[in-house]
Amino acid sequence: MPDLGLSVLLKGKNMARLLGGLWVALRISLIAVAISLPLGILLGVLMAGKNRVVKAILRVYLEFIRIMPQMVLLFLGFFGTTRAFGWNISAELAAIIVFTLWGTAEMSDLVRGAIISIPRHQYESSQALGLNKRQTYFYIILPQAARRLIPLSINLITRMIKTTSLVLMIGVVEVLKVAQQIIEANRMTSPNAAFGLYLTVFVLYFLACWPISLLARYLEKKWR
Amino acid sequence: MAVLDWEVIQQYLPLYQEAAWLTVRLGVAGIIFAILIGLICAIVQYFKVPALRQIAAVYIEISRNTPLLVQLFFIFYGLPKIGIPTNATVCGIAGLAFLGGSYMAEAFRSGLEAIPAIQTESALSLGLSRAQTMRYVILPQAASISVPPFIANVIFLLKETSVFSAISLMDLMFTAKDLIGLYYKTTECLFLLVVFYLLILLPISILGSLLERRLRHAGFGA
Repeated sequence: MPDLGLSVLLKGKNMARLLGGLWVALRISLIAVAISLPLGILLGVLMAGKNRVVKAILRVYLEFIRIMPQMVLLFLGFFGTTRAFGWNISAELAAIIVFTLWGTAEMSDLVRGAIISIPRHQYESSQALGLNKRQTYFYIILPQAARRLIPLSINLITRMIKTTSLVLMIGVVEVLKVAQQIIEANRMTSPNAAFGLYLTVFVLYFLACWPISLLARYLEKKWR
Repeated sequence: MAVLDWEVIQQYLPLYQEAAWLTVRLGVAGIIFAILIGLICAIVQYFKVPALRQIAAVYIEISRNTPLLVQLFFIFYGLPKIGIPTNATVCGIAGLAFLGGSYMAEAFRSGLEAIPAIQTESALSLGLSRAQTMRYVILPQAASISVPPFIANVIFLLKETSVFSAISLMDLMFTAKDLIGLYYKTTECLFLLVVFYLLILLPISILGSLLERRLRHAGFGA
């Protein structure tokens, strides 16, 4: 049985380094999530609103962000803006900005979907009961929309975590890059380490995303 | 803002065309396999086939909760170490199929499960056979529910092909990265990259929203 990388994994601080790499990736996605959830809610409410100009502008933003592969967005954000504006931002900051823009777009679409899925008679009935616009929104529409929204936005979080694996391509040293480094460093002593290490990364991502997916599914069933 | 150099763009155009063609080819191949895997998983889960059903469930969880990039790295760099040889093309298609299979399965399953049991029962009591019930009652309704998530998945998977550049398949992303590294014409390269992805993805996206609008009218009682 040739060594498939387990011993390399346990050697020195390798496992800790791998987890550190995972944390870099998670940190980027969590910061992006923390900014894009509130922003997305704001934009989503605006998109479900009546102002046509605002809606048209947001529509263009949303469609462009959603149709481009996230990798292209990363390249635009990291290489494109550097060239265009002449600034010099770190890859990690660029990744956070890009994922925030992307997450905001996705989130706003979810919010918009949740709000327009509330049937018209809910608005009409609450008006008939004498509630004003703000009361209708806060007591009738938002609580119902939130129920539909929360499982979907939790799913979005796992999507953002998964997508952060792409930051490798703009040179952020995250978990895959750390795995590569460890494999290269041990190329002579255990040439088959790639199997074990990439499997570990695979499992780590799974462990990071699975509980969140389960929570989303549980809430979806409970609140249906 | 740098102004685009059209001569450079003209010079790069053939390279991008070739890369776009590769992207589409690999994407379509991967999506076809993904549809097959998805259909099998959905059928196995719908008819509650023992054992296979659990395998399908485990597969779906694993595939949905890991990024394609990590899957590809494992298939491309990890599997050869235990004696399974892979080349980049096969690996790309296999990775896309592995990822897409679960998404397609969910799309098909959500359609099948949305049809209430009363439809099956009524069809059977009208004297239709099991096969006829499936063919004339369940599938037409399930298909119209499955189409929007199906199209969304196709777009999602075509977008994910950009990850192929990491295992040195010469797709659009790889070409752009390569040319930027070689000639430093960043703006032009990125511009072409965006244009080509729009050319591939925009028609499907528009087709998807048209179909969705039509099917919403076709939906029963909706």
